[in-house]
Amino acid sequence: MIDFKKTTLSNGLRVLVHEDATTPMAVMNILYDVGARDEQADKTGFAHLFEHLMFGGSVNIPSYDEPLQRVGGENNAFTSNDITNYYIQLPANNLETAFWLESDRMLSLAFSEQSLEVQRNVVCEEFKQRYLNQPYGDVWLNLRPLAYKKHPYQWATIGKELSHIENATLEDVKAFFFKHYRPSNAVLVIAGAVKYEEVLQLAEKWFGTIPAGEKYVRSLPQEPKQIAARTQTIKANVPLDAIYKAYHVCNRNDKRYHATDMLTDILSRGYSSRLYQRLLKEQNLFSDINAYMSGDIDNGLIVVEGKLSKGVSMEQAEQAINTELQLLQTEQVAVTELQKVKNKLESTAVFAEINLLNKAMNLAYFELLGDANLANTELDKYLAVTAADLQAIAQEVFVPENCSTLYYCAN
Amino acid sequence: MLNRTQAPSFNTIDAIHLLQPEKQVLPNGTPLFVLNVGKEPLVKIEWIFEHKQWSQAAPLLTAACNAMLLNGTTKHSSAEIADFVDFYGAFLQTESSFDQSSVTLYCLSKNLTVVLPLVKEILVAATFPEKELITYQKTQQQKLQVNMQKNDFLARKTFNEQLFGADTAYGCFVQSQHYDALTRTDLLKAYQQIYTANNCTIIASGLLTDDAVKLVTTTFGETDWLGEEVPLMLQLPQSANEKCKLVHREDALQSAIRIGKLSIDKKHPDYVGMRVLNTVLGGYFGSRLMSNIREEKGYTYGIGSNILSMQHASYFYISTEVGAEVCAAAIKEIYKEIKQLREEPIPAQELELVRNYMLGMLLGDLENAFSYADKFKGIYFSGLDYTYYDNLVHTIKTITPKQLQELANTHLQENSFFEVVVGKN
Repeated sequence: MIDFKKTTLSNGLRVLVHEDATTPMAVMNILYDVGARDEQADKTGFAHLFEHLMFGGSVNIPSYDEPLQRVGGENNAFTSNDITNYYIQLPANNLETAFWLESDRMLSLAFSEQSLEVQRNVVCEEFKQRYLNQPYGDVWLNLRPLAYKKHPYQWATIGKELSHIENATLEDVKAFFFKHYRPSNAVLVIAGAVKYEEVLQLAEKWFGTIPAGEKYVRSLPQEPKQIAARTQTIKANVPLDAIYKAYHVCNRNDKRYHATDMLTDILSRGYSSRLYQRLLKEQNLFSDINAYMSGDIDNGLIVVEGKLSKGVSMEQAEQAINTELQLLQTEQVAVTELQKVKNKLESTAVFAEINLLNKAMNLAYFELLGDANLANTELDKYLAVTAADLQAIAQEVFVPENCSTLYYCAN
Repeated sequence: MLNRTQAPSFNTIDAIHLLQPEKQVLPNGTPLFVLNVGKEPLVKIEWIFEHKQWSQAAPLLTAACNAMLLNGTTKHSSAEIADFVDFYGAFLQTESSFDQSSVTLYCLSKNLTVVLPLVKEILVAATFPEKELITYQKTQQQKLQVNMQKNDFLARKTFNEQLFGADTAYGCFVQSQHYDALTRTDLLKAYQQIYTANNCTIIASGLLTDDAVKLVTTTFGETDWLGEEVPLMLQLPQSANEKCKLVHREDALQSAIRIGKLSIDKKHPDYVGMRVLNTVLGGYFGSRLMSNIREEKGYTYGIGSNILSMQHASYFYISTEVGAEVCAAAIKEIYKEIKQLREEPIPAQELELVRNYMLGMLLGDLENAFSYADKFKGIYFSGLDYTYYDNLVHTIKTITPKQLQELANTHLQENSFFEVVVGKN
């Protein structure tokens, strides 16, 4: 249970506070409601590039990192297809420094040409390091456009190609900032050894005067229902064949979300899971196999992926995966197996609560989804899932025409 | 009117308060350390075993023995063990480093009673079934094949080989045929040698009631898993003569760089000072290496340095992946930064920032019971006590630019460095 109090400033900024007196630290987490899905198709990778630029100095403060490190704090950020999330961890008695820094960059960035120039290079190196210069690193660069034809989830957060990043201009950066980095588009969470009233005063003092700006209204092309199986074959300089099967599933706020997610737990959570025990241990078909849900806010994917054992054909591997997915359609999950998955979810939830940053991020994310208190009811929703729910969703999701398959073949 | 150009005033950290474990000795002589901390109903228990022997002929034996522990006992199959652990919402992990093997249990306090006997069974009655061994060999060989395509993996392994020598536990670069050489007989022999009560240290943290501690004591305090004392075999580094090594990869977009040297261990009086010097050079986001090579030049997504202190050796290293076309330029900048540490005192402002940053990180590290256990492990296995942390805090606060410059001149001389590049240079 994460206790919190919430208020909204007159400029639309939502402020949530979680008091935790067991730590001497504080966390400031600020989530901006903007991700790669909000990019134009010819300027992809921008939300993420922008995240880098947020550290290049703001209108009144030339350096972001340095003053924070000087008071014993550190920070980081990440960008997904849905959100951009920034966080600071620092000794609680220096919390005001976080307010000072974070509010100034919401007010306005410095927009330095030099910062843009350098961060373009850094992001290009990141692109190479994580996506191009790694075996199987480009899987998602291929799988996304195969699974999504209309929705912007068809590109990865790093972007479609290096040239989109290389061509970013300072004008693009400014426009993006004033469109998305406004108070009403953000959720601010403070957690740790803090008091609600004091946080509120600081929030008013530092964020209260930032102009509300124009509210961004999201209107994204929705992905039409997939009606025919899609496949793509890639040949690459990798040692092992691999297979990736992506199925369209519901969105994050859908009632079916938790049961859908739980299907992947049955398939691949822990060493006792079906895919690991049967396909890897018993049948030795794979050296690595996994199933997971993308967890996107808009309609997402379940992906089943595996690296094939030597001598196993692609047909054999795919057939084995299909057999497991069909089993979820034809037979209900047994009582003990369902209980096992729920027990694991329960203990995972308890372990998640010993991490302050994790709690702060959760509150921000669920507030974005509609209500921070959803963070506290999440486990109950998983526990309420029945074997019949799982079967019904498996029958709907695991059908060939809903699937995009990537065959990744060793040269 | 709010003056946004003016930084708010701030506080510095005076002292770091570390919670220390209570020590008990079980009837069979096994030390048990208990950190009863926290409100959440969960525990973490680690069984840690030291590696005393290593054989060049079977370099993988200890790691394989550890990885296969959960693959069957005289009473339960691998699948039954996995089912049991998952059903009780527990996490049972095995881990093997150069110096130690361990089994770690995370579980809800309420399930400890049912899960502990299984852990005991795994420690005394593992069977290493032949079929499981074959699966292990095949899957690991395939994973190795994938890793061999990664520049940073190759750079790390090649660097260790150069620094410590291929014939030592620290430097041996494991190859596919080493997996073929594993046998069930050897695994069982290693198992009986390593996983004994007299080679074990237990560290328990979390919400631990008296009953829970008693349960650990009775379950693991018996004499039925005492073993023979095994003499400690020293692993002295045998560094290569060749200081620079390039592993050329034609299609590389980036080159992985690793530069470093043998260094002093945690017990050396200069060690804590070297931690400060390392932070300045490459130990945080604002470090000199990051500022220069990422934030100014844009050559890399990340670069860092560290000192690792192990049982028989210690080393200092810098690692990064940079655009293949700027590899030579990046290496030049790395040496330039090290040289500057030797030749110029660190400016007071920068050093003050690093002092505060390091103290803040130390404070932030102490988040829950598990973090206190980690801090304990950080000294116990190096033969140190809590005065190490007092000394660390004191040094962070008081070390002078002159002292740091002396450390750089003593410990960071260029001619002692090894350099490995995987990719293009």
